[in-house]
Amino acid sequence: MEILVCAKRVPDTSENEIQLDASGKDIEHDDLVYSVNESDNYAVEEALQIVARTGGSVTVVTVGGEEDEEILRREMAMGAGRAVLISDPAFSGSDGRGIAAILQAFVQAGHYDLILTGVQADDGCAQVGGMLAAMLDYPFASLVTSIEVLQGGELKIGREVEGGSKELNAIELPCVLSIQTGINEPRYVGMRGIRQVASVAIPTLGASDLKVDAGECAAKVRRLDYFVPPAGKGAEMLDGSREEVVDKLFNLLKAKGGLN
Amino acid sequence: MEESITQSSYWLVSGRVLFLFLHLVGLICFAYIVAKRLAPLIQAERDPRWDKPLVRLSNVARYWLCQWRHPRYLGAGVIHLLIFAGFLILVSRAATILALGVSDRFAAPLLTGRAGQMYAITQAYAATVVFLCVVIAAIRRIVFRPARYQSPAGQPKSRSVDAIFLLALIGILMLADALFEATSAGHPAPALSLAWLFENALAAAPLPLLHNLRLGTYLVHEFTFFFLLCYRPFGIQFHVETSLFTIYFAKLDRSVLKPVRWGISDENLDQLPSLGVKKFEDFTWKHILDFYSCADCGRCSDQCPAKAAGRVLSPKLLTTKARDYSFRHYPVLGKPEPAQALVGTVYSEEEIWSCTTCGACEAECPLLVEYIDKIVDLRRGLVDDGKAPQSLHKPLKAMESRGNPFGKPEKKRADWTQGSVPLLNGADAKDTLYFVDSITSYDDRIQSIGRATARILGKLRMNFGILGAKERDSGHDVRRFGEETLFLALRDHNTEAIQASGVRRIVTADPHAYNALKHDYRDMPPVEHTTQVMARAVRTGQLRLNPVENGVFTYHDPCYLGRHNGIYEDPRDVLDSIPGLRRVEMKRCKDRSFCCGGGGLALFYEAKEEQRMGVMRVRMAAEAGAGTIVTACPYCMVNIEDAIKVAGLEGQMTAIDLTELVDRQMTS
Repeated sequence: MEILVCAKRVPDTSENEIQLDASGKDIEHDDLVYSVNESDNYAVEEALQIVARTGGSVTVVTVGGEEDEEILRREMAMGAGRAVLISDPAFSGSDGRGIAAILQAFVQAGHYDLILTGVQADDGCAQVGGMLAAMLDYPFASLVTSIEVLQGGELKIGREVEGGSKELNAIELPCVLSIQTGINEPRYVGMRGIRQVASVAIPTLGASDLKVDAGECAAKVRRLDYFVPPAGKGAEMLDGSREEVVDKLFNLLKAKGGLN
Repeated sequence: MEESITQSSYWLVSGRVLFLFLHLVGLICFAYIVAKRLAPLIQAERDPRWDKPLVRLSNVARYWLCQWRHPRYLGAGVIHLLIFAGFLILVSRAATILALGVSDRFAAPLLTGRAGQMYAITQAYAATVVFLCVVIAAIRRIVFRPARYQSPAGQPKSRSVDAIFLLALIGILMLADALFEATSAGHPAPALSLAWLFENALAAAPLPLLHNLRLGTYLVHEFTFFFLLCYRPFGIQFHVETSLFTIYFAKLDRSVLKPVRWGISDENLDQLPSLGVKKFEDFTWKHILDFYSCADCGRCSDQCPAKAAGRVLSPKLLTTKARDYSFRHYPVLGKPEPAQALVGTVYSEEEIWSCTTCGACEAECPLLVEYIDKIVDLRRGLVDDGKAPQSLHKPLKAMESRGNPFGKPEKKRADWTQGSVPLLNGADAKDTLYFVDSITSYDDRIQSIGRATARILGKLRMNFGILGAKERDSGHDVRRFGEETLFLALRDHNTEAIQASGVRRIVTADPHAYNALKHDYRDMPPVEHTTQVMARAVRTGQLRLNPVENGVFTYHDPCYLGRHNGIYEDPRDVLDSIPGLRRVEMKRCKDRSFCCGGGGLALFYEAKEEQRMGVMRVRMAAEAGAGTIVTACPYCMVNIEDAIKVAGLEGQMTAIDLTELVDRQMTS
């Protein structure tokens, strides 16, 4: 099976203290460290596991700049056979729909049976997967937590449903799936692995290579403001002996639906 | 003159022909079995252990000949010592008896006169002592059944049976030896020896009976001896043959971790197709020899804190499971089991990650078997295959991008100082570097150890500074968790920063950083732990400490200060210099100290366990009657303070770092 995984480089929320810049419409980018978006990483791992079971290849693609190559190398170190960087000044500042349009052009230039995206980028809006599927006129399933390859070009996929339930669906290939974290345990990628793919060439494609219209890719949604919401009501302190505190906590959790 | 064995006839065959044949068959079988056992050692990874013959011989004298570590378990140790001494004495006796079967030249004793007589008496008693010890050992195994000999669920139960069978064989050998002596002409056996008992029992027996008994006993001795010889390489008694070599080739510098592969420089690691131990032959030949030499005594597992806390790890099983696999993979007879990845079949991943590298097992093993290098090599293999535990991915990635496991910005690394400690920038040359390391730099609670250290160094008028944002994690536990490449990156970064700072020495309050800088780094100025600095200042009178009013204190030895670096007395001397301080020892202290739960990445590893090591440790302190646990390691502090809360001992027990205590008690 030929699998394409769309990945994104994002500021790593666990390793950064996010601060607003002077304009107040964006975050301070100096001193940020980046990594591959977490659910995209799960998607790559899932693709690798499918290919290990059924054969085929995994391609990872990202839309961005030269600096985004680092996540492509990380995913190649993980085991992806091919990576492509889509980069063009015309694409800068694009929004979810724009990115989906760029990816649509890329997918149509190749041949992929299955397209995976992360469920949502840490700094994104969870739009690209669904829009891409619509533009390609492919079936789409989101929040996928398990994939089983069936005979006859079909997949059996599990989806997480709000409230802790799960549903199983059959979906026809080719299709687009957005992958939820927890679907697998992504393998560890160390520096050694990254260094071993350091000299592998990563092709870069621009707007003319993909024959996409710059206007189609331009952002149609504008950000007006970016802010940290004011802290809400303070935490509730539970008093009493250890047993009393445990009882109170138990009742609170039960009342708020945290315990079934 | 009695008829010699060679000239006697056994069912129409002359003794000489029969025993020449049996000797040859026995020796050929033994040689074949040993050759088969050596085969994997030849396939294994290289491991240069041919240096320092004198040091190695002194190890042999100490740990092999003098059985140095055996009496640490007094009962079993003394029994073993006696059996071992008996065996040494009886080697020449066994050789003489075997020779009797093929040549009459040995019929007369080699030593004559008084010396010969003394030797005969010694031998008779040696056989008697060995026999008694074997009986006691068998009773221990059958009746008392010490827990450390038991096989856990899922492991072959046959080992204990095997051990008793082997003891029985030795017993038979000793009885045959004594009966042979008793039925042979010569000096009467010394009083109360086994041979003496037989002599008395047979005093009235007619000569032909004695003769036949003698021939029969010789045959029994022959079969038992060669059966035992050829059977040992299949079980726990192979150590009789291999222990001498295991101890001679034992690792000399325990605090230095084995390189990924001997003969491959750090720069060339990237070119290796695979890192670490994945299949059996990835172990070094010495590590395989360790597997053969293990006598299943279980002292390692008895001391292992991970085992005690109910984790799946047991150092003994680490060895015996590999040995069992090796016997299947390289069988003496039959079809070899095909090669397979060790982790996932022989070992579980969880087992390999459960170790805190505290070194309690290695400090205990009478045969100096190595565990930490094997664990780290197996981890290197797992990391290379992308199988690092999920909970370690984030801290490892943060180490890579931020130089600390918490993912905190580099520029905040010196925030703990609140501006009170100068940063080394190369321009304003300082004499001493205080290497802080990540946890002391970033953890709110542990920063207090950093500030106490800075005040103490200031009080001792040291011209010191810190690297601040230029410091990265020492990588000590990154390395021990098998991420060698990341460790090398951290080490190279720190090495450059330290060398650029121009300092002439390094002080640290973190035993993990201390161990890394001292043993894992190269071309470093001398490194000292704060306990050493404080102990020296106390001894010279430079540091005088105020009395404490009351309370009972106990010192918890951090693994990387105590066992791995032998620093036991310095911290105790500092404590004892405090007037009025009452100090008690926990049952497990010094080289038997009980790990708090592990430092570095071990803090992030979510082990499945029945209870926390730290909680067990805190209970030990309470048992010793202490109200304050003093330690000298930031990770011990994190684990022990947590454990005090978990154990419900808040208000009754406190933990304090030695630097914090000294800082508190410093006279101004």
